[in-house]
Amino acid sequence: MPDDFQQIKAQAEEKWASLASGDTPHIRVGTALCGKAAGGLAVIESIRRELQSRDIHATISEVGCMGLCFAEPLVDITMPGGSRVFYAGVTSDAVPEIIASHLVEKKPDPDLVLGLLGENGTGDFQDLAQHPMMKDQVRIALRNAGTIDPYDIHQYVANGGYSALYKAVTGMTPEEVLEEVNKSGLRGRGGAAFPTATKWSFLARSTEPVKYILCNCEEGDPGAFNDKGILDSDPHTLVEGMILAGYATGARFGYIFIRHGHEGPIERTQTAVKQARELGFLGDNIFESDFGFHLEVALTGDSYVSGEETALMEAIEGGRAMPRYRPPFPAQVGLFGKPSNINNVKTLSYVPEIIRRGGDWFAGIGQDRSKGTAILCLSGDLVHPGMVELPFGLTLGDVVYKVAGGVSGDRKLKLLQTGGPLGGVLGSAQMDIPLDFEAMAGVGAILGSGGIIAAADDSCAVDLTRSLIAFCQYESCGKCFPCRLGMTHLLEVLERICELRSLPGDLELMRKVGQDMQAGSLCGHGQLGFNPVASALRYFGDEFEEHMVNRRCPTGVCASERYSPVAVRR
Amino acid sequence: MKEGFRGTREELKEAIAAQPQGTVTVLSSLLAVQDAVGYLPGEAIEEVASYTQTTVNDVWGVASFYTNFRVDPPCSHNVEVCWGATCHVLGAMKVVRAVLEAAGLESEGDVPGGNASVRLNTCLGACSQGPVISIDHGLYGKVSPGEAGRLVSKLFDA
Ligand SMILES: Cc1cc2nc3c(=O)[nH]c(=O)nc-3n(C[C@H](O)[C@H](O)[C@H](O)COP(=O)(O)O)c2cc1C
Ligand code: FES
Repeated sequence: MPDDFQQIKAQAEEKWASLASGDTPHIRVGTALCGKAAGGLAVIESIRRELQSRDIHATISEVGCMGLCFAEPLVDITMPGGSRVFYAGVTSDAVPEIIASHLVEKKPDPDLVLGLLGENGTGDFQDLAQHPMMKDQVRIALRNAGTIDPYDIHQYVANGGYSALYKAVTGMTPEEVLEEVNKSGLRGRGGAAFPTATKWSFLARSTEPVKYILCNCEEGDPGAFNDKGILDSDPHTLVEGMILAGYATGARFGYIFIRHGHEGPIERTQTAVKQARELGFLGDNIFESDFGFHLEVALTGDSYVSGEETALMEAIEGGRAMPRYRPPFPAQVGLFGKPSNINNVKTLSYVPEIIRRGGDWFAGIGQDRSKGTAILCLSGDLVHPGMVELPFGLTLGDVVYKVAGGVSGDRKLKLLQTGGPLGGVLGSAQMDIPLDFEAMAGVGAILGSGGIIAAADDSCAVDLTRSLIAFCQYESCGKCFPCRLGMTHLLEVLERICELRSLPGDLELMRKVGQDMQAGSLCGHGQLGFNPVASALRYFGDEFEEHMVNRRCPTGVCASERYSPVAVRR
Repeated sequence: MKEGFRGTREELKEAIAAQPQGTVTVLSSLLAVQDAVGYLPGEAIEEVASYTQTTVNDVWGVASFYTNFRVDPPCSHNVEVCWGATCHVLGAMKVVRAVLEAAGLESEGDVPGGNASVRLNTCLGACSQGPVISIDHGLYGKVSPGEAGRLVSKLFDA
């Protein structure tokens, strides 16, 4: 069973090298949630059918998300010894033509090709590494995304996977692993940006025999899909990160917590855990040491607040996902009453590379107190929506206009909504703000989990604010009244404003309610819930005034939408 | 369509007992039952309570908290429309309207006769492809209101 790691690695590398070899080309199709929504599954079926009818043999892999979501369904073909040649927006109808030109005539059709990746050139196609969306990326947690088959642990191992675990367990003490993470300057990517090594050290200090490492993939933020993106694309980087966290803190048990219903990410993660167990990377006596780690996937129902760290523990225990009072803090009394550490998927997914390449290497990327990269989900009115990993320090303007290709459809940028529904909005004049935890928080928008939603100038800031608060109100768990009643109150007022029938004093009323929510709520949901309103008032006060004083919606959105999100929810 | 549970208690017991993971809880058992029979019949609440050694009240407490649980028998088709912030910016409310009209509904719920249920979802996880809807767990991205309406209307053909 637990074979010698070097042997497993050598075999994996051999298998990896043979994916495209002899007469067998290798075809990859993106089937993360973005690929599926774009029709990737039908494209795979067409490819299979076409290959069969032409009697061509090829290796077909379902891969995750390259991040070029705008180009989904994305198909790439590697001929033995060649580069990866990418086709964007592939439809089932286009498949026969692609197979004929590329696999039969061996002349990829320039009208269909998006570009290529790799050293072994195939014609004069655009080098995708120089594509504006790829050029500035530093891919650490996303290093394998879209390249390896998430269902095959060997492909992960062949690309350096589980080497960090091997290095740590066979050659480093837990304290040294913790110190490496400390040196890296890694901070939590789940919202609060808390230093990860400090959090781990709380758990490491506890002498309780049973302790837990919990990974939070609730990811309920609309506009954020990078956690699910990692699970869909490279679940082993998370699994390895969790085992390393266990090693560093002396915890032997872990849970990956995912929202029920996202079948792809769930199935890929479950498969990854099973495969890691089979190869002896999970279980007792990992690499014949005394260290053992056990990992399980736990599912939650639909509830946004179950992503809050103490509510998450309630949900894993099987109850209603309502936050607990603190203290005691999770590092003392957490899941099942035992000391626990909670991290976001992205946070943990960095750890293998930090251990493999060293904390100093990671700390050399980024700026100030924001070390490493920001993994962003770009969506909304953009030319190139997608998932990118960018070093801290680039400006929001770089992100919108360079990386994401600017605003779609001949319109101008109006606002960015960042950090999820508890985050904020920024106007188009704030585009010189750098990607940086402190800088963004300083202007009332947080980086949060990395969702950046762009809205063009035909969107209404008031209408969007109402939609965010409608979400927050719907998702309030109801345990504490400042949040439960406060959200309802805010929503009522925003409904009035959108319907152009606001009352005098409505803005003051919202501010007062917001203050009370911040001061009196039990968890971040209520404490931060006024953020979207506060930041919208800060940057789009005129637009509120227009609705409230002149009784008109400058963009016409509020007048035209018969359905408010409130009216159709039950 | 809205009559009581047609299956057997054995079926429910089997769904609860067959959970592969180590940690079996009230919530995990409810999810397992809903996956198996499409909703939570009253009998399932009792079975989960007895399996997890808790009370029917406690199980109801959990079942009523999470918004994905149904207490009515499932419809033949399940339509979910995303109203998350990205999809909202990209015109989700027009898609919502088109889907509800195609289904003949005023707000989310089941179509009389039980052919389809329409639910709003807070984020289907494919935001880069917004607006997104899902029909019987298959995702459809970049849907126009017209397309969304046609996809839903098709569920009522034949
Ligand atoms: C209402 C609410 C929802 C949250 N949802 C998530 C979530 O979906 N994913 C996540 O990683 N963190 C979420 N958080 C933050 C977590 O409580 C926690 O801070 C985080 O998982 C810690 O991980 P990190 O240290 O790696 O950032 C949420 C917080 C609140 C208040
Ligand atoms: S906001 Fe609609 S899929 Fe995420």
